[in-house]
Amino acid sequence: MSEASQPAQPTSPPPVAQPRRALPRWLVALGRTAVALPLRFFGEIGMLAGLLGQAIFWGLRPPYRVGLLLAALEFVGVQSLFIVGLTGLFIGMVFGIQLVDGFRQFGAENQAGSVVGMALTRELAPVFASLMVSARAGSAMSTELGSMRVTDQIDALTTMAVNPVQFLVVPRIIAGALMVPLLTMVFNLIGIFGAWLVCVQILGLDPGVFAENVKWYVDARDVTQGLVKAVFFGFTVTLIACRHGFYAQGGAAGVGQATTRAVVQSAVSILVLDYVITSVITGQGGL
Amino acid sequence: MTAAARGAPDGAADAARDPVHLRVRGLRKRYGEHEVLRGVSFDVLRGLNNILIGASGSGKTVMVRQLIRLERPDAGEIIVDGREISRLSDVELVPVRRKFGMVFQMSALFDSMDVYDNVAFLLREHTTLRERDIREKVMARLQALGVEHAAHKLPAELSGGMKKRVAVARALALEPEILIYDEPTTGLDPITSRTVDDLIEQTRETYGVTSIVISHDMASVFRIGHHITYLYKGVIEASGSPQEFLASPSPRVREFLEASGVSRERMEGGRA
Repeated sequence: MSEASQPAQPTSPPPVAQPRRALPRWLVALGRTAVALPLRFFGEIGMLAGLLGQAIFWGLRPPYRVGLLLAALEFVGVQSLFIVGLTGLFIGMVFGIQLVDGFRQFGAENQAGSVVGMALTRELAPVFASLMVSARAGSAMSTELGSMRVTDQIDALTTMAVNPVQFLVVPRIIAGALMVPLLTMVFNLIGIFGAWLVCVQILGLDPGVFAENVKWYVDARDVTQGLVKAVFFGFTVTLIACRHGFYAQGGAAGVGQATTRAVVQSAVSILVLDYVITSVITGQGGL
Repeated sequence: MTAAARGAPDGAADAARDPVHLRVRGLRKRYGEHEVLRGVSFDVLRGLNNILIGASGSGKTVMVRQLIRLERPDAGEIIVDGREISRLSDVELVPVRRKFGMVFQMSALFDSMDVYDNVAFLLREHTTLRERDIREKVMARLQALGVEHAAHKLPAELSGGMKKRVAVARALALEPEILIYDEPTTGLDPITSRTVDDLIEQTRETYGVTSIVISHDMASVFRIGHHITYLYKGVIEASGSPQEFLASPSPRVREFLEASGVSRERMEGGRA
């Protein structure tokens, strides 16, 4: 009997696979970002820690390259003097105007000197000096090391039995940690001078009162707080700059991206570290 | 004249030593999901021009980066003068790396230093020579390579061929035993390429170094090569003298030779 002659059997329709409801694209993208961001963050911390570990290891081993260290000190410190001094002068002047203008409302403009002094020594000098070093020296370091990386010069050092971390990174990090505090002191002095210039010479505050307030309210602890921050900031800025340059890839575009990342990460790190260190030193702020 | 016609160079001092300068055994290297080297084994013969050839992406440069331990291989052995180096730490590698010199594809001269300082760099780093002695050595090396007139020029001011010469001078500064050239003629015109080939051969003859040349320039390979190793997709497809290489039955070798415009008849006729 042919199949065609068989009576039709009632059949249930085959199960149809229900199409999965696709998640909205924005939700997928959000999910990916939510996973990728922490991974990138911890990856970045890992890279920095790895480079720091190598720098400590190779920094403690001979040969100790004094010439390279002096060159790095000159590059980070001496060559940043002008821009740091200029920034300090204008920050001090602007701060002077704002304080006198604000304090006049309470008849307390004579306190401008004390507030300028404390603000500069504790906060403004280390933060702005580090930002300037990051913008000038950090970006240059990142670009230089990045260019060396993409043109095989760093590999060439390795093949010549010269450790590139010891040769390129160690002197720069030490220079950052040593010179940013010195630049901070320069910033302090020029910033206070700028504030004096505006407050006393232009806005007519009494010079003796201004000077006495600075001396009375600004003590060694304020200066030390600023210098401790400056050491950490200088160290962090140069470490981040070296990390991005040292591991740059992707030719000229990669070097450009490395420099941008170095400057942005340095700036953010300075501000985050500033809060952390201030909180630890003052015992306030929840840390 | 082909290398095959020239024959292997003499070297009484080498005769008493192991003719194999460097052994690679079962070398593997993976980047993520992609395994670039899949168990590579070959020998580098002492005092000869050893050529490593292969198509782009076959793993030649990755291979060289493992040889000089710019990267650590995932598995396998690299034995230099009887010492296994694939697992050595960076500190242990310092004396091993001093046996090597490397001429990079783009020369990799330090662009912040002039030619003189580039060549003097290694002498300042690894010797206690006085500056006067360093000067003598550097100028002698530059003179031997015909670039003494460029001693105080920056690398950016040099032509491609001159950069290669300076890079060779720098690599030879500490008189290494093994000199690696990564695609030395890539991007150079035929005349400059020939000059670079002559330079490689002269350097080997004059200083007795073992040369490893990474190349896919077949004219150059047969002009200077004594021992040819063909890397195909991360494994060694053929290895031997130029004659053995030309006679290889491997269809991949034949395909590579034909694609390069090289035939056994032509090479034996010395018209490469």
